[in-house]
Amino acid sequence: MNKNFPERLWQLCQEMPHENAVHFLEAGSDDLAITYQEFYQKSADFAEALNQAGIQPGEVVVLIIDYRVDLLFAFWGAVIHGAIPAILPFLTEKLNPERYLSDLASLISVTRPSAIITYRDFQPIVTKAAEGGSSVRSILYLEQIKREDKDPVNSHQGFNRSKNDIVLLQHSSGTTGLQKGVALSHQSVFNQIEALSESIQLERSSDVIISWLPLYHDMGLIAGFILPILSGIPLVLMSPFDWVRAPYRLFQAVSHYKGTLSWLPNFAYNFCARKIRDRHLSEVDLRSWRAVINCSEPVRRESHLAFYEKFAPYGLRQDALQTSYAMAENTFGVTQSGLGKEPATQHVDQYAFLEQGMIKAAEDNKPSLIMMSSGKTLSNTRVRIQDPDGKILPDDRIGEIALQSNCMLSEYFNRPDTTADSLQDGWFLTGDYGYRSGEEIYVTGRKKDLIIVGGKNIYPGDIEELLYELPGIHPGRAVVFGLFNEKLGTEDVILIAETDLEKPQDHQELADLIRVHVTQNSPVSLRHVKITSPGWIIKTSSGKTSRSANKAKYLAELNTA
Amino acid sequence: MRTDIISALSIFIADEILSQPERIIDENDKLISSGLIDSLSLVDIALFVEEEFQVIIDDTELNADTFDTLTELKAIILSRQS
Repeated sequence: MNKNFPERLWQLCQEMPHENAVHFLEAGSDDLAITYQEFYQKSADFAEALNQAGIQPGEVVVLIIDYRVDLLFAFWGAVIHGAIPAILPFLTEKLNPERYLSDLASLISVTRPSAIITYRDFQPIVTKAAEGGSSVRSILYLEQIKREDKDPVNSHQGFNRSKNDIVLLQHSSGTTGLQKGVALSHQSVFNQIEALSESIQLERSSDVIISWLPLYHDMGLIAGFILPILSGIPLVLMSPFDWVRAPYRLFQAVSHYKGTLSWLPNFAYNFCARKIRDRHLSEVDLRSWRAVINCSEPVRRESHLAFYEKFAPYGLRQDALQTSYAMAENTFGVTQSGLGKEPATQHVDQYAFLEQGMIKAAEDNKPSLIMMSSGKTLSNTRVRIQDPDGKILPDDRIGEIALQSNCMLSEYFNRPDTTADSLQDGWFLTGDYGYRSGEEIYVTGRKKDLIIVGGKNIYPGDIEELLYELPGIHPGRAVVFGLFNEKLGTEDVILIAETDLEKPQDHQELADLIRVHVTQNSPVSLRHVKITSPGWIIKTSSGKTSRSANKAKYLAELNTA
Repeated sequence: MRTDIISALSIFIADEILSQPERIIDENDKLISSGLIDSLSLVDIALFVEEEFQVIIDDTELNADTFDTLTELKAIILSRQS
C-alpha cells in the first residue's frame, strides 16, 4: 500500500512510464497526449520551483491558472513537494476584477497560503490580494518555471508526508464557499478511490474517463482528475469553456477515445439533449460508454430520458445512465447506483411527500412525483436519516442525511468553528434532505439555503449582499432563492427586490442594473428579476427574510397569473 | 428603424434567454462582456442564428471578441449570407 500521493504516482510512473496518463483537448489545437513519465517529470519541475522558493511541505499553495495543461502539473508539483494545493476558479471576462480581488484576499486571510502559482496576466490582481502583511511569501508565474524535464526521482519532500497529512483543499464557489476549504488527507482520498472504484467496477485495462468538468469542483477534481491519475486509467480532459460552447465535443471524445466513464451534473443532460446538432454527431459511436453518472445536482429521471432519446441512435445504452450523491466533505461519492441497470425509481404521493415528509405509493387520480434513487452507499460510508432532534428515522421518512466514513474531510481548513458545527455525535450533517428505501438512498432537497445551478453551489445570502451595494435597494429588501426549471434540468436563480422607485421605466433599468451586477460579481446569472414596491417581501416576526415563505408567495403569484 | 435581423435577435434574447419578453435590447448593448448573456446561453444564440438565418457561427467564435452587440452579430450574419 502507498502511504501518500507521491508514492502512488511514482509507482505508476515505474509500472507504466510510456502509457498515457492524460489526453488534453483544446478547441483549435491538436490533442496532447502525456505519458505517466512525462506527467511526473513536468510536475516535478513545479515541485522544484516551490522548493527553490522556500515553500515548506504542509504549506498551502493556491493555484489560479486558466485552462491549460500547466494547471495539472502545478497541482501535482505541489503534491510531490508535499505542499497542499488549492485550485481556484480564475477570473473570466464576465467577472468584475474588484470582486475577484476581494474574494481572493478574504480566502488568503482564512487559508493563509504561502505561495500562489498563476500566470503573468494575473499579476496585478494577485499582487494586490497578497499585499499588506498577508501569509503569501512567494508568487510563482508559469512563465518563470524552469522546464528541466529531468529524469524522475523519488526524493522529493512529498514522499515524506504521512497518510493522515492534508493533501489538498477544495473550495466551493462564492464569497461564502471560498472561506470554507474542505481539507482532505491522503488516506481519505485513497479510501474514497478504493470504495468508489469497487462500486463502479473500475478496470485499469479497459476504462477510459472522459471529463470536461472544472478542477476546482469536487466532481471534476476527484472523479475527473485524481481518480484516473492515481488509478492508472487514461483521462481525456477538455475545458469547461470549450464544452459549454460546443457540448458535442464530449461525444466526439467518447467516440474517438472509446470512453467508458463520465460524470455530469443533471443540467448537462438537458443541455446536451437540447443543444447538439445531429450534423456534429455523424460519425459518433457511444457504445463504449458504460456509465454516465449524474451527480452534484438533484437527479431527474426526465433529464435521463431526454438524454437517452437524443443519443440512443448513436449507440448510447439506457443502462449506462447512472446516479450518485456526492460531496466534497466525503471526498466525493456517498452513494452510487448499481451499474448495468437503470437506477431505481419510485412513483410517490405528492401530498404525503410535501406535507408529511413521508413516502407513500402514488394513487390513481392523485398528484404524484417520480423519485429517482441516487443508489446505495459506498462500502466505506454509512448514511443515516435523522429528524431535527437527531433521532434516527425509519425507511420512507424524509429527514436530514448524516454520514460517517473513512473518507471524511479532516477539517474545514483553519475553521474549527465551522468544523465543529457540522458534526453531531460523530456524524457529519450534510444539510441535505432525503430518505432511505431498503438499501437505496433518495435525495429530496436541502435544509441549508443553498442553490445549485448548473452544478455550482450558490449561497443566496452572497447574492443578496451584492444587491445592497446598488442605489435604490435597501438592506433587507431583497430575497434570492432557487426554483427548479424543468426545461433546463437545474435551478433558476430568482431575485425579488423592493424599491421606492415608481415608474415602470425605472424598474426596468433597476432590473438591468441588478442583472449585470450579479453576473459580474458572482458565479451565476439571474434567470428572473422581479422588482416590486415596498411591502411585498415577507419577514418573520424577528425581522428576518424567510426565503421559503417568499418562494411560496412567488409560486402562488405565478400560478394565479 | 430597427432592421428585421436586429429585431429577431432582440426578441429571441429577451424571450428565451432573459425571460423578459417586454425587454428591448439596444443594438449597441454589450451582450457578452457585460454578462447579460451567460455562457450557458451562448450556444442558444448560435443555434438560433443557424435556424433563422442559415448562417453558421463556429463554437470558437462564441466570445466577445467576435461579437458583443447585436450590430456586430448582424454584420457577421450579413457577410455570411452573401
